[in-house]
Parts: sequence; structure tokens; C-alpha cells
Amino acid sequence: MTVFAFYLFAISAITGGLFTVLSRQPVHSVLWLILAFLSSAGLFILLGAEFIAMLLVIVYVGAVMVLFLFVVMMLDVDFAAMKADMARYMPLGLLFGLIILMQFVMAFGAWDANAAAEGLRAQVTPTDMHNTQALGMILYDEYWLLFQLSGLILLVAMIGAIVLTMRHRTGIKRQDAITQMMRDPAKAMELKDVKPGQGL
Amino acid sequence: MIQSDLSIILPEIILAVYAMAALMAAVYTSKDAMAPLLTWVTGGLMVALAGWIATNGEGTNIAFNGMFIDDGFARFAKVAILLAAASVLVMSQDYMTRRGMLAFEFPLLVALSVVGMMMMVSAGDLMSLYMGLELQSLALYVIAAMRRDSVKSTEAGLKYFVLGALSSGLLLYGASLVYGYSGTTLFSGIILTAQHGEVSLGLLFGLVFLISGMAFKVSAVPFHMWTPDVYEGAPTPVTAFFATAPKVAAMGLFARVLYDAFGLAVADWSQVIALLSVASMFLGAVAAIGQRDIKRMMAYSSIAHMGFALMGLAAGTVFGVQAMLIYMAIYVTMNVGAFAFILMMEKDGVPVTDIRSLNQYAKRAPGRALAMLILLFSLAGVPPMLGFFGKFYVLRAAYEGGLAWLAVAGVIASVIGAFYYLRIVYYMYFGDEGEGLDKSGSPVLWGFLMASAAVMLLGIINMFGVEGAAAAAAAALVN
Repeated sequence: MTVFAFYLFAISAITGGLFTVLSRQPVHSVLWLILAFLSSAGLFILLGAEFIAMLLVIVYVGAVMVLFLFVVMMLDVDFAAMKADMARYMPLGLLFGLIILMQFVMAFGAWDANAAAEGLRAQVTPTDMHNTQALGMILYDEYWLLFQLSGLILLVAMIGAIVLTMRHRTGIKRQDAITQMMRDPAKAMELKDVKPGQGL
Repeated sequence: MIQSDLSIILPEIILAVYAMAALMAAVYTSKDAMAPLLTWVTGGLMVALAGWIATNGEGTNIAFNGMFIDDGFARFAKVAILLAAASVLVMSQDYMTRRGMLAFEFPLLVALSVVGMMMMVSAGDLMSLYMGLELQSLALYVIAAMRRDSVKSTEAGLKYFVLGALSSGLLLYGASLVYGYSGTTLFSGIILTAQHGEVSLGLLFGLVFLISGMAFKVSAVPFHMWTPDVYEGAPTPVTAFFATAPKVAAMGLFARVLYDAFGLAVADWSQVIALLSVASMFLGAVAAIGQRDIKRMMAYSSIAHMGFALMGLAAGTVFGVQAMLIYMAIYVTMNVGAFAFILMMEKDGVPVTDIRSLNQYAKRAPGRALAMLILLFSLAGVPPMLGFFGKFYVLRAAYEGGLAWLAVAGVIASVIGAFYYLRIVYYMYFGDEGEGLDKSGSPVLWGFLMASAAVMLLGIINMFGVEGAAAAAAAALVN
């Protein structure tokens, strides 16, 4: 059963990845990517990492991908121009791709994980706690420095977004609640008696 | 445990906390009106931290289970980074204020990127390496696009961001391969699995990808394509920053990874670095000849200089690392001076970057022209100046490391490269009469130009003790 589930998820993850690249419609690409993420979440559950699986579904599928979907729908991409560029660079790209692929076949063919590797691996899943707790222990203890640094990186990203996009425009009319409340009919309106046939 | 860890990374914490506090202070009070003050305070804090690190640090301290290493090498690089960043900040204040470009975020983004650089040179783990690198790069992308109303500046920021993201991808892929084959992300663990003659093919693959990612950050050929466009498009003070502190950090990171993680397999990476080095030297020297824009020319010049610094690394010896550190220290000092000069190049208040506008500059401003002449001679590596000694060190390191061909190539490249530096001297002293530049510029810029030129002359006596410090730093890294 587990083996069957593994192959199901693995095949759908690869299919999803493949069609993300191959499909002509960018919106379809995003949908295929969602399939790839969901399948990967399934694989994580098979590994016993249910917290990461849920993160993948909630954060990536639920938030990031929906955002992507909106961005892609808003974009106006000129496919004809992209195809023309593609045809120009395709032969060179294929050649390099082929060379790198061959090198990788060689590299993975000679896979030889070091004997010391097993011993060096960090103990990430203690047996006496569930893995959400274990992740918390390692994230806030062993990897405290990295956790704080990622906070700083997010801060820089936030400052950057504000610096590059916010404009302080002058002369715009803003709502001023106090002025609004201080108004009364006497200040806001003026009654005029318009005589027939004269106008204002 | 945590207390001793925190005391080891105290300089980084102080700078990061300062940046956050200053950010809040500026947002809630006077915003951009505070920017000039913040720029000076940030610069002052960096100088103070540099002084503290230089005088207080001792021995090798390891924090956070080996993820952060504070040794002589890291301290040398940190002092260079902090001083370079402080000089550029102080130099840019007047230039940016006059053009209404100085937002209060600028000094704070520089401060945060310096925190990233300090992490880079102290990284003891693939993850902390990546975190430091991203912190640094992300802040740099933003300040490259700082002048958002200018098409060129925006293009520079976008180009840098897209290519930078690509190189981060390469680096991460390499890191994942290295982790896969060695079973750990700690450099101290990787070195156990990467001993000479036993480096598995997969680990070597990972190393090549790591080197590609880092070569992008030092803008070594063939990962240099972004450099001229970004240098030209970014505001000049930002260009000055790009050409100094981040280069030291990236070279420090390079040395850190190669020696701490792959130090027992020198023969496996030395040839790759030698190739990067020779390609950078020649491309930098040849491509700069056709440039009319001084910022683009400085971009190619920095590519060539990175080639020379990489030559020291390629040697694979303690002396090679020492030569690289000395080279970087001299390079940064020269570039601070040269950019002080470029920041002063203006006509009717508008910055000019065409090198032909320097015609007959020596007649109008003999003092500045003489200082720039000294700096250009030094950049070209003409003997009595300090720049020659930098080149001499790396050439000697390459020769003693058994890379005589690389040393010969370096000499040829530096002769070719001398042409475009000396051409500026020619324009300044013997150029045609024409409409020249104003003789303006703040006293701060003038001071940095003169100080840098003076260092190039006086440094030949004893290099202000940098030689000994670099030797100690190199010995701390290579053991």
C-alpha cells in the first residue's frame, strides 16, 4: 500500500513538474505546479513529516500559488516574441543541456556517499516527541542564528518594497475625520433663493 | 552556551539592532530630513566597530555549533568591509543630498548588507553562508534601483536581481549536492569527507556549482555580464559601494569555502580558480579599452582586479591567501579614492561620466589631477605605487604555488590594462582644449581622494602593518 502510494505521488509530482515547463498557457503551468506541490506533500506524509506536508499545502498551495495565479492572469505575455527568441537560442541551449546532463549521469553513476556521512547527519527526529515539536526544538535552538538571519532578510525585503514603490504624493485629498465631525449644516450648506427665469 | 555564542557575534548584533532602531526612529520622526545625520552616524558606528574588532579579537572562536567562525581571517575581512562601507557612506552623503536622492533607508540598507557581509566571511556552514549572502545581495539589489525615476537605475536593479537570483540558484544547487554527498552542511564536517584524492565526483560537482555562484558575486569571467550595466546604471555612490565592500566579502567567502570546507583537496579546485583568474584578467583588460564611460571602465577594471585577487587563491598556499588579502586591502583603498574623484566630476551641478570631459583637467585642478594620476598609476600597477606591490604579491604567490604560466599571463594582462588607466592621465594632462568640468566637490570627497593617494605613496614604506595582519589572517584560515 505504501509502495503504491509512493509511486502514485512520485509519478504525479514528476508529471506536474514536466507540464509546468511544457504547457503553453501560463495559468495551466501554475495549476500543474500546484499538483506537483500536492504530490510532494503526499511524499512528505509518507516520510512521516506531516508538519512539513501541511506547510506545503497551506503556505505554498494556499498562499504562494494563489498569488502566482493572480499575477500570471494579470500579466500580458507576448508568446510569439518569446517563441522567436526561443528558436534562436534553442540549439545552443540544447547543446549545453545535453553536456550537463551527461556530466550528471556520470556524477550520479559514481554515487558514493561517504562512510562518515551517516554519523555527521544532525539528529532531527527524536523518537519521544512528534515532529512539529522536534522542528521547533531544532529551529529555535540549534538554528537560532539562521532563524534570526532569515528574519533580517525578510526585513530587508520589506524595506526594499517600500523604498522602491511608495511615493509620497503631495496635494492629494485625504479623509480627515475630525474636520468631518466638526462640520454642521450652517457651515456646509448655503441656501439661495433662486428667482424664476434668472438662474444663479 | 547561548551567552558565549552571543558575545562572539556581538559586533553583528550591534549593527543589526542599530539598523532596526534607527529605522524606527526615522520612520516615526522626521523621515528623510534625518538621512544625512543617519549616514554619518552609521559611518561612525562602522568605524567604531572596525576599531573594536581590530583591537579586541583574539584566537579562533566558534559559535552556534560551528555555524559562525570568528578567527583572524574573518576579523581582517570585517575590518576592511566596515572601513570601506563607512568611507563610501560618508562620501555619498553630500552627493546624494544635493540631488535629492538620499532617503533615510539608504544608510540602513547599507548597514544591513554589511551585517550580511560580516556573516559571509564568518560562515562556518553552507546555510549560514547562504543566509549571509542573501542578506547582503537583497540590500544591494534595492540600493542599485534606488533612483527609481531613472530608467537606467531601475534596469540596473532589475538586471542585478534576476541574474543574482540565478546565481543564488546555482549556489544552492551546489550546496545541496555537497550536502548530499557529505551528509552535513558544516564546513568542519565537509572537510572530513573531502580529503585529497578521495573527493567523490558528486562532491566535485557540488563544488563547481558553489564556485560558479560565488564567482558571480565577485564578478569573475564568465559570470561578469551584469557588472558593466549595473555599475553604469546605479547611482555613482552605490557603484562606489559595489566596487569596494561586497568584493572583499565575496572574496572572503570564496577563501572561506575553499579552505575551510575543501582545504584538503587544493588540487581539485586550484585549476578552476586559475581559469577564472586568467579569463577575468584578460577580459577586464581588453574590454575596458573601448569604454568611454568612466563607471563602465571602473567595472571592467574591477573585473580585472578580481582576476588578480583570484590568482592568490589559485596558488593554494598560506602565502597565496595572504597575497589575496593584501591585494584586496589595496584594491579597496584605491577604489575609494578613485570613486571620490568620480563623485567630484560634474559640470553645472550635473554629474558627468564621459572620460573625454577630463581634457586639460590638470590645468584647472592640478592637485586633484595629481592625486588621480597617482591612483591611476597604482591601479595600473606602475612600480613606485602601492598597487604594484599588490600585484607583485599575487604574482609571487602564483609562481611559488607552481602556477608560473598564470603569473606570466598576469603580467601580460596588467600591461594591456595599463593602457586605459594611462589614457585618462593623457586626457588630464595633454588632452585637447574644450569645455571642462567644474572645480567643485565637497571637502569630504577631496579629503578621501588625497588620503587615498597619500596611502598609495606612503604605504610602500611598511604598508601600515597590513602585511603582518594579512599574514596572521591567512595563517588562521589555512591550517
